[in-house]
Amino acid sequence: MNRIQKLFAKTRAEGRGAFVAYLTMGAPTLEASVAAGDTLLSNGADILELGVPFSDPMADGPVIRAAARTALENGVNLAQILKAVGQLRAKHPDAPLVVFSYYNIIYKYGLERFAADAAAAGADAVLAVDVPLEDREEILDVLRPHGLTLVPLIAPTTGLDRIKEIAAGMEDSFLYVVTVKGTTGVRNELPPDLAARLSAIKAAVDVPICAGFGVSTHAQAEMISKAADGYIIGSALMRVLTDSSDPAAALAAFAKEVTGATK
Amino acid sequence: MKKEAHYGIYGGQYVAETLMTPLLELERAYAEAKADPAFQAEFAELLRDYVGRESPLTFARRLSEHLGGARILLKREDLNHTGAHKVNNVLGQVLLARRMGKKRLIAETGAGMHGVATATAAALFGMPCEVYMGSIDVARQEPNVERMKMLGATVHAVEEGSATLKDAMNEAIRDWTSHPEETFYVIGTVAGPHPYPLMVKDFQSVIGKEARRQCLEKYGKLPDQAIACVGGGSNAMGLFAGFLDDPSVKLVGVEAGGKGLATGEHAASINGGTVGVLHGSKTYLLQTPDGQIIDTYSISAGLDYPGVGPEHAYLADSGRAEYTTINDDEAVAAFDALCRFEGIIPALESSHAVAEAIKRAPSLPTDAILLVNLSGRGDKDLHSIFKYKKEHAQ
Repeated sequence: MNRIQKLFAKTRAEGRGAFVAYLTMGAPTLEASVAAGDTLLSNGADILELGVPFSDPMADGPVIRAAARTALENGVNLAQILKAVGQLRAKHPDAPLVVFSYYNIIYKYGLERFAADAAAAGADAVLAVDVPLEDREEILDVLRPHGLTLVPLIAPTTGLDRIKEIAAGMEDSFLYVVTVKGTTGVRNELPPDLAARLSAIKAAVDVPICAGFGVSTHAQAEMISKAADGYIIGSALMRVLTDSSDPAAALAAFAKEVTGATK
Repeated sequence: MKKEAHYGIYGGQYVAETLMTPLLELERAYAEAKADPAFQAEFAELLRDYVGRESPLTFARRLSEHLGGARILLKREDLNHTGAHKVNNVLGQVLLARRMGKKRLIAETGAGMHGVATATAAALFGMPCEVYMGSIDVARQEPNVERMKMLGATVHAVEEGSATLKDAMNEAIRDWTSHPEETFYVIGTVAGPHPYPLMVKDFQSVIGKEARRQCLEKYGKLPDQAIACVGGGSNAMGLFAGFLDDPSVKLVGVEAGGKGLATGEHAASINGGTVGVLHGSKTYLLQTPDGQIIDTYSISAGLDYPGVGPEHAYLADSGRAEYTTINDDEAVAAFDALCRFEGIIPALESSHAVAEAIKRAPSLPTDAILLVNLSGRGDKDLHSIFKYKKEHAQ
C-alpha cells in the first residue's frame, strides 16, 4: 500500500472524511508556504496539495490566480517546490503529498526528470489540472515506474460511464470530484444535489473520492464526509494565509474548526 | 491516446475535466455535421450569399513589375463581409452551435476581427454573444470594439496577464467551464483542443480550395509558393489545406518577428519557441525555461499570441511547410507598398505575408507564382500605423 491507500484505510477506520489542504506554493513566500503546510499537517490536514504557480491558470478563480501571480513574482519554480516537498516529507513521513500543477510546467521540466525528482523528494502523486483521461497515459506511464500516481478529476459534467473509465486502474490514488462548474474559489452554497451526486459516484467506483471547489466550512466538510472519503479546501486557506498577521495560529485554528476538532 | 486528436506529438485535448464532456459532444456533433450534405449546403450558401464568396484572386501587377521577378497573386479574403477570413470559420461554427441547440456564443479576440465576425454571425442567427478581449487590444483596436457593440455583442475587457489574446482565451475558457452545457465557444483559430484545430481548418479550407482552382483556371499551373501569415494560424491553415497534397507547392508561414527575434520582443512561436501545452493542445510556445508563458509582442494584434496551431507545429517539424519571420518594419513597408502599388490597404497581419513575398519575388523567374493570402483589410490598423510612423519619423 502506498501512503494514499494507507491514509484512506485509516480515515475509513476512524469513520471520518480526510481533510485535503491545497496551498499555492510561493504565496506570500515559499518559506511561508512550507510553514503553512507544516502547520496544516500538524493540525488535522491529512493530505497536502502543493500548487505550482502558472502564468495562465485557466481553471482558477481570483484568489488562487492572485496567489500564483505573487508566487511568480517571487520567482518560485517547480525545482524549488520539489525541495519544499522534501522539507515537508522530512517532518511528515506518512502524509500524502500531491504536486498540483498545470501540465505545461511539468512537461517543460521534462516528464522523466520530474518523476525522478518528485519521487526522490517524497511526493506521492501529481494532479495535472489539464490532463484528462484522453491524454493521461503519456504522463502516467512515466510516473508509475517511480512509484508516483496521478489524481484524476471528475467534473459535474462527467457522466457515470466516463467516471468509471476515469477510475479504472487508479486504485493507488483518489478521485478529485469538482463540486461546481467553473473555477476554484469559495462559494456560499454548494449545489443542492452534491450529496446525492457524491453517493452515486462512490457507488460506481472502487477508488476513494474527495470533493473540492467552493468548500470552506465545517458544515460543508461534514456534509461531504457523509457521502465521500474527503473534502478539499484551497482558496479559503489561501485567504487565511494571506490575510492573517499570525498565519500559523490562524491556519491551525481554521484546520481545527473545519475538522471539528474544536468541538 | 486518440490518434485523430493529434498531429504527430502535437495537438490533444489538454483541458480540465469539466470541458471534456462538452468537447466530446462537439466532436460527435461536428463529425455528423461534416458528413451531412444539408449542413454543407447551408454553409456553402452562407459563404456565397452572405460572405460574398468566392473571393477574387488578384494579380498584383504593379507590385510584381516593380519587384521584377515572380508574379504575386493575392487571395482577397479582405473582401469578405466583415473584412477578413475569420468569417468563414465563424459561420461554420455558429451553424454547428445552432444545430447542437446551444443558447449562447462566446469568443476570444485579438485584433477584433474574430470578435466582429462572431458578433456578426450572432446577429444573423439571433443568438446572444459575449466576446473576451485583452484590455490592451481593446485600446489599440477600438473601432472593432465599437463594431462588436453595434452588432449587439457584449465585450469584456480582460485586464489579466499581458491583457492580450492569450488572456482573452483564458477568460473565455473560464466562462465556458462555468457554463458548459448552454455555451458554444467559437474559437477563432486552428489552436485549442481537438476538434477545434481540425474543424477550423475545415471551415477555412475554402480559401485554399478556391485559390487552387482559380490559379489553375487563370494561369494554367499551380503556384510555386503559397504564403500566409501565422499567429494561431487559421488563414495559413486554410490556404495550405488546398495544397497539402501538391508537393510542388512550397508552403510558407510567416510569423511576427516584432522588433526582431534576437530582441525577444516578437510573437514567433515556431521560430523562437519550444514545445509545451497551452489552451488545450501541445504545440510550440513562447515560454520561459520554467514553462511560464511569455508576453508576446507584434505591431499586429492578430499575430500577438504565444502559441501556434498544432498542425503548423507538425508541418514545421516534418518540413512540409517552412516558417519564416517578418519584423514590424518590414510589415509596415509592405503595407505601404500594397497601398501605393495596388490601391489595397491590407491588415497588418496580412502585411507580414506580403512582406515575405516582396522578399522572395525578385530572385524568382517571371513565370513563377507567389500566392499570398491577403487575410484581411487594414482599416482597423490605421491607428497603429499612424502611431508607428510617428514614433519612427526621422
